[in-house]
Amino acid sequence: MHVLRERVIALVAALGVLVAAGVGEGARAESFDDALAGFAADSYSDTEKAIEAIAASGNLRAAVVIGALQDGRLFFNPGTRKISVKTESGTFLDAATGEAVAGENASDLKLVRINNRLRRAIEAALGSLTLLAPDPAKRFEAAQAVFRSREAAALPALDAALAKETDAGVRRALTEARAAVILNMSGAKEADQIEAVAVIRARADQDALGLLSALPAAASPAVARAAKDAVAAIRNGLVLWDAAQNAWYGLSLGSVLLLAAIGLAITFGVMGVINMAHGEMVMLGAYTTFVVQELIRGNDPALFGYSLAIALPLAFLVTGAIGVVIERTIIRFLYGRPLETLLATWGLSLILQQAVRTTFGPTNREVGAPSWMSGAFEVGHITVTYNRLWIICFSLVVFVALLGLLRFTRLGLEMRAVTQNRAMAAAMGIRTSRIDALTFGLGSGIAGIAGVALSQIDNVSPNLGQGYIIDSFMVVVFGGVGNLWGTLVGALSLGIANKFLEPYAGAVLGKITILVLIILFIQKRPRGLFALRGRAVEA
Amino acid sequence: MLNRIQAVAQRPIARRWLAATAGLAMALAALPAKAQDTIKVGILHSLSGTMAISETTLKDVMLMLIDEQNKKGGLLGKKLEAVVVDPASNWPLFAEKARELITKDKVAAVFGCWTSVSRKSVLPVFKELNGLLFYPVQYEGEESERNVFYTGAAPNQQAIPAVDYLMKEEKVQRWVLAGTDYVYPRTTNKILEAYLKQKGVKPEDIMINYTPFGHADWQTIVADVKKFGSAGKKTAVVSTINGDANVPFYKELGNQGVKATDIPVVAFSVGEEELAGIDTKPLLGHLAAWNYFESIDTPVNKEFIDKWHAFTKNPKRVTNDPMEAHVIGFAMWVEAVKKAGSTDPDKVIDTIVGIKAPNLTGGTSEMLPNHHITKPVYIGEVRADGQFDVVWKTEGLVPGDAWSKYLEGSKDLIGDWKTLKCGNYNTVTKKCGGGV
Repeated sequence: MHVLRERVIALVAALGVLVAAGVGEGARAESFDDALAGFAADSYSDTEKAIEAIAASGNLRAAVVIGALQDGRLFFNPGTRKISVKTESGTFLDAATGEAVAGENASDLKLVRINNRLRRAIEAALGSLTLLAPDPAKRFEAAQAVFRSREAAALPALDAALAKETDAGVRRALTEARAAVILNMSGAKEADQIEAVAVIRARADQDALGLLSALPAAASPAVARAAKDAVAAIRNGLVLWDAAQNAWYGLSLGSVLLLAAIGLAITFGVMGVINMAHGEMVMLGAYTTFVVQELIRGNDPALFGYSLAIALPLAFLVTGAIGVVIERTIIRFLYGRPLETLLATWGLSLILQQAVRTTFGPTNREVGAPSWMSGAFEVGHITVTYNRLWIICFSLVVFVALLGLLRFTRLGLEMRAVTQNRAMAAAMGIRTSRIDALTFGLGSGIAGIAGVALSQIDNVSPNLGQGYIIDSFMVVVFGGVGNLWGTLVGALSLGIANKFLEPYAGAVLGKITILVLIILFIQKRPRGLFALRGRAVEA
Repeated sequence: MLNRIQAVAQRPIARRWLAATAGLAMALAALPAKAQDTIKVGILHSLSGTMAISETTLKDVMLMLIDEQNKKGGLLGKKLEAVVVDPASNWPLFAEKARELITKDKVAAVFGCWTSVSRKSVLPVFKELNGLLFYPVQYEGEESERNVFYTGAAPNQQAIPAVDYLMKEEKVQRWVLAGTDYVYPRTTNKILEAYLKQKGVKPEDIMINYTPFGHADWQTIVADVKKFGSAGKKTAVVSTINGDANVPFYKELGNQGVKATDIPVVAFSVGEEELAGIDTKPLLGHLAAWNYFESIDTPVNKEFIDKWHAFTKNPKRVTNDPMEAHVIGFAMWVEAVKKAGSTDPDKVIDTIVGIKAPNLTGGTSEMLPNHHITKPVYIGEVRADGQFDVVWKTEGLVPGDAWSKYLEGSKDLIGDWKTLKCGNYNTVTKKCGGGV
């Protein structure tokens, strides 16, 4: 804040000097060129002075130059000390005139470096320079930048912009920015400041809270009181939004648990097979995504946005096929022997992990997120990140598709029959061994597509599955074996419970508490939330 | 069995044969063991598991250094042989593998470990078997062992200067200390908390938070950091998060829009290697504190980077601070062995204090009596290409302080293996054996 103060004073002083000197076009151009020369000194403090001077110069090229500096497109020539701006196409234009530079060699140029302090200066400068930009989104950005920097020197520019503003959203942002400036201005009228507090209070978000908590010491008691009331009111309002935010995080964690566990619900539920290699199916799905992305990167980079859509069916087929093979070769001989199945599938998980380690290397692999999965947006005062949103939608789609499969298809019918009464189903002509293989394949395939989704939020390494196997069993045991609705409710409630505990207990203790609660729950209801009624579920 | 011997011993001729056989056996035992024709060097770094992201490259740099030394003619006329084991980020396995290296492979020195829990696990083994461990990673201090050489930064060579930089340059008033849940972050945060309180920071302006290894769901924590940072005072995060949990942490920071200009994050365990796997554009301006950056422009650094690219046949492989620590540690060990004329651990320990070796940023590091070295301190900001821009550095070399002077139990302690032969000598009571 003190740094900003100094810069504000410097800006005002610079403006004052210019006005007092009776600026003419020529004088303006001269000071702009002088300011530009500051960039060639290759020192942070000189660059900072140059930014201030250029922003104050009023030259039309000021916004272009500072914007280029922000993007890392401003270069200087150590020899001639000329400053150039690099365009999108890679050509170099003179910073002062905007014309192409003749004979400028890219290798002679050095980048004008910036650090965090300079980035803040640039944001503040761009804010006040672009308040009148033609694009409303840019004007909104500028208003937010002034709100954050609260420079008193921006007040006349803000008033001018407000007079001309037609867009409602930008108007509100400008009004809030003006209020922020007035609150931080020494010498502002008390009535104006109290009005400003009311405006900021209406904004009612984290930034408003920050602003009102940090009023300058010179504020009058009436203003300080008004600010304190506003802070308390905003805090009360935010409590509800906090709970909603935690519920959102719980939903997203629950959807991850659901994706990982739903395949297990089928294999464990239908066949009573404890499959310790389930986590590795998830891992294989994630690696399939990696391979697909590598192929796309190598052959047709334009398809990157579709890489996940391509990876989904592939992951399903790959892991489903591996599941069928596992069932036919190992599990088939171990029905009715749960301990041996446990051991055999555990050994299998180690084999799969090592196989992947040998093929792809033991270090993490980078799986990129397509652009539509990055970033976030605000709903009220909740931040919703795109990747989590897509994963929640995806898990619900998978769940509904699986329900549909079980309810409406022949395969689903036969699977349900075999679950309820194996001997009777066999007597009705259903080939139970084929159904077993297909069920295991289906469960593994679902784990594979879960892996595609999880590759977006977790590290893709051979150990990826280890992080999900315990959670999957937790969800299936809690929700009830063999029941998809139980898995859904179990996953979502465990996710939400975990996320509500985390702010108070921390990540480690929160997890421990959840496990202890599940153990206590199982004592009361050993079959889980939605126990499957019917005989002969255990093979 | 004993009856039969007694029976044999009764008969005179048999008695003579028995004596001859016994004599021959003793004579054979007295022969010196056949001399080894290579000097073995142990490399104890995780090549799989959560720490593989950081440690695999250290194994590779050791192989390069050993190869280079062999091209120069080896050591004491013998070739060096690397013995690589994979303790797989499994801390008890580190101890097992260390024992295997010293007893079975008979290595002359071990270069290894990253996490402090792995180092603490192998300490008893090195003390018992009198081995040598060169430990290249920044750590929490509070230790000075006879058999260990700490070529990474102690807190006064990394954590304290970083906090000073944030206080002076970025005017930070509120602090989030976020770490992985094990001894290094816990002890470092204890030291930092004591230091901050000494500088007048109020307890409600410090938020401390721990997560397990490999933690992937950072939504709540990043939201809490945002909330903590919106109280009107400039806030910064001091991160001692280790391993691949850093990747989803930085991704979440980027997704939730936490920019370095609002809430800067300074990390102590994130370097060029960890950044190589993530999109660094949302991380512009976040900080790291190390004693070396690949972007530092000196001829000796450029030569090292070129050699590294040639050795790994990959012009995109990055170099980082722990690699430089191994370069310095290996050079010091070679010097000490040459000076002592032997690889015997006791002789090396007695010779190595005072040995100097060049670092890669144009200076010279010296091995101190507390088995730490002198290092410069750099603060760097993340660039878009995954490299760091140095924004601040110390005037000269900072000697490593094994025992932090900000903690009650350790401020009177020093380590001195040269004259006092004690790792935790209490300067007030004048006795050896104090401290945590």
